[in-house]
Amino acid sequence: MWKKRISALIVLVVGFGIGYFVYISEVGIVPETGAKSTITEKYGFKLGLDLSGGSHLIYRADVSALSGGDIKESMTSLRDVIERRVNIFGVSEPVVQVESGGFANAGEERLIVDLPGVTNIDKAIAMIGQTPLLEFRTESPGTVEDIQNAALDENGNISVNIADRYENTELTGRYLKRADLQFDPNTQMPIIGLQFDDEGAKLFEKITGENIGKTVAIFLDGAPLSTPVVQEAISGGQAVITGRFTPVEARTLVGRLNSGALPVPIELISTQTIGATLGADAINAGIYAGLVGVIAIALFFILWYRLPGIIAVLSLSVYVITMLALFKIIPVTLTAPGIAGFIISIGVAVDANVLIFERLKEEMKKGLSISEAIKSGFSHAWDSIRDSSTSTILTAIILFWFGTSLIKGFALTLGLGVLISLISAIVVSKVFLFSLGIKDSKLTRFLFSSGISK
Amino acid sequence: MFIIKYKKIFIAISISLVVISIVILSTVGLTFGIDFRGGALTEVYYENVRPEILQIQENIDGLSLGVALVQPTGENGFIIKTRSLSDLERQAVLKSLSQRDSIAVEKSFSSIGPSVGNELTRKAVTALILVVLVIICFIAYAFRKVGEQVSSWKYGLIAVGALLHDVILASGVFSILGYFFGAEVDSLFVVAILTVLGLSVSDTIVVFDRIRENLALNKDKKISFSDTVGQSLGQVYTRSINTSLTVIVVLLALFFLGPESTRYFAFMMTAGMFFGTYSSIFLASPLLVVWENYSSRKKAKLLVK
Repeated sequence: MWKKRISALIVLVVGFGIGYFVYISEVGIVPETGAKSTITEKYGFKLGLDLSGGSHLIYRADVSALSGGDIKESMTSLRDVIERRVNIFGVSEPVVQVESGGFANAGEERLIVDLPGVTNIDKAIAMIGQTPLLEFRTESPGTVEDIQNAALDENGNISVNIADRYENTELTGRYLKRADLQFDPNTQMPIIGLQFDDEGAKLFEKITGENIGKTVAIFLDGAPLSTPVVQEAISGGQAVITGRFTPVEARTLVGRLNSGALPVPIELISTQTIGATLGADAINAGIYAGLVGVIAIALFFILWYRLPGIIAVLSLSVYVITMLALFKIIPVTLTAPGIAGFIISIGVAVDANVLIFERLKEEMKKGLSISEAIKSGFSHAWDSIRDSSTSTILTAIILFWFGTSLIKGFALTLGLGVLISLISAIVVSKVFLFSLGIKDSKLTRFLFSSGISK
Repeated sequence: MFIIKYKKIFIAISISLVVISIVILSTVGLTFGIDFRGGALTEVYYENVRPEILQIQENIDGLSLGVALVQPTGENGFIIKTRSLSDLERQAVLKSLSQRDSIAVEKSFSSIGPSVGNELTRKAVTALILVVLVIICFIAYAFRKVGEQVSSWKYGLIAVGALLHDVILASGVFSILGYFFGAEVDSLFVVAILTVLGLSVSDTIVVFDRIRENLALNKDKKISFSDTVGQSLGQVYTRSINTSLTVIVVLLALFFLGPESTRYFAFMMTAGMFFGTYSSIFLASPLLVVWENYSSRKKAKLLVK
């Protein structure tokens, strides 16, 4: 008996432990700064675009000019190019993925771009579709003073926004004839050589001539690459970019500049934008609906199944907490259908408990003592539980395969939910029921009956 | 068991409901959303005054985007349905929605190209076929050892018949929902159908499982097949109703309180769960008995001859 009580205690403690983890990873903050603590940062719920707000873009890549082997390579480099551009755009946690042609999508090569938090997509679309933008900018008037006046912050860093200090010139990558990879003869560092066409050479000579002693900044896609000081007017249209490149970076950059465009042409075929307020409303509504659903089920269970009902509510709580923890650890990206799947799985999770308790009641009617009835109830109910869960799990697997990201979220939470609910019903409910050590009496038989019977 | 006693009535109710649903589906039909057809849906709201809908419709029509539908939504918003839009066209639409004194703010925007829509249709049909196949195989496997009185493929076929019943009725309800409230078939509709399939078959399996168990127990006793089925139903119907009830309770919570985007989905699933439970108790088992009676009568006739 004590062994059973101890295992019940262990289950309770583990349940509380998981619950504490879920709680602390949602609200944990560093006391000194008020910032999110590491655990909250790492294990916070991951919200899908429909909840966090953001944009979902699908591009079709035109690979008709390429042969089989090259397609995969160009799609990978396409993804890299776009990922870099998106990163420059300053989106937090963008997802850029290639969807290869196959049966499911009519053989099209696609690029899927998820931009959480970006609801003004004009800029994003423009940036993604652009050829690499190489710009030469000159100092704005007043820059030098600004830099001299820039104060040190408490960490000893000077914060100067370089992009604000420069203004555009006419000279851009459009006037580029060729770029190549060179190595600095003195330092052996990789540098990028630029050769302008005639018009570009004239512009470059003019710009350098007007800015002797000042810096000219070279920007790529809006980010400064290097800011050399001009020593003299340069004619002939040759320039070098010395940044702190690794050889690989430099080679990639040269490739991009020379190709002047994305590796394959892309076309935007689908756009979805969800405003942030819409997402926040959806989260609140989802949580509210989930809570009300759980409370309704708990009430029903306690009223209908009495003592076993209370046990079922306990095991249901362990189930809900475990699921929330799994969402954080795996991590599962939560979407509105995903939350719906989870809420439905709560309804399904009690199925196993109902099967067991109904069986338990029948066994008691046959004249078995309560503890015998519990044993027999569990073992007889198992076949039905296994078979009925299997069909739901199989459906969830097919849905997961079929799904777009929204549907995948639903399938994952539902499938995972049914699987975990099996464990919670069989292990948790069983351990608790046995640990009670019920002896037969009028009262206990009443507590183990259900419905409107006495 | 009254269900077995009045089996013909229950079967008749189901058949007439299915016929009504099919009539509704073929007359009213289902409206397919942009997920399937391709197209664009722009939702905007106005901070202060919402302009006149006629004015907006006129503005949008002026853009010559083909058929464009402007619908009011909420207290201060519009939904504009058009063919799929390029980024430039989208901006033009947004611009034409704003008046001097009331600026339209974009709440959500989706534009789905026709190829993406076709892909979804293809995937949905494939998934549907796959789910049905997997369910038939699974039932045949789970009931492989109960071939003594009723062969296991009969269980499978009847289970699938009950599934079809559930799906047709739920679709019929959705069609009515579409007629009155403009609900459109989207990818969540497909998810609802497939999930109802999964949950409803698990309900049917529990009933059949009990029949399988009682058949084994009653083997040596002189109890007819229909009595065994009746006995099994008597044992499991509380469970069936209780579990469906819990799922329906959470679904109702989801429908009334949950996110806007899963509202029709929750409704559809509630209807599906309801019919699923109904069919596993009042349709699948009576059908099993009818089929068995028919076969044994045929067998008896052969013996007489």
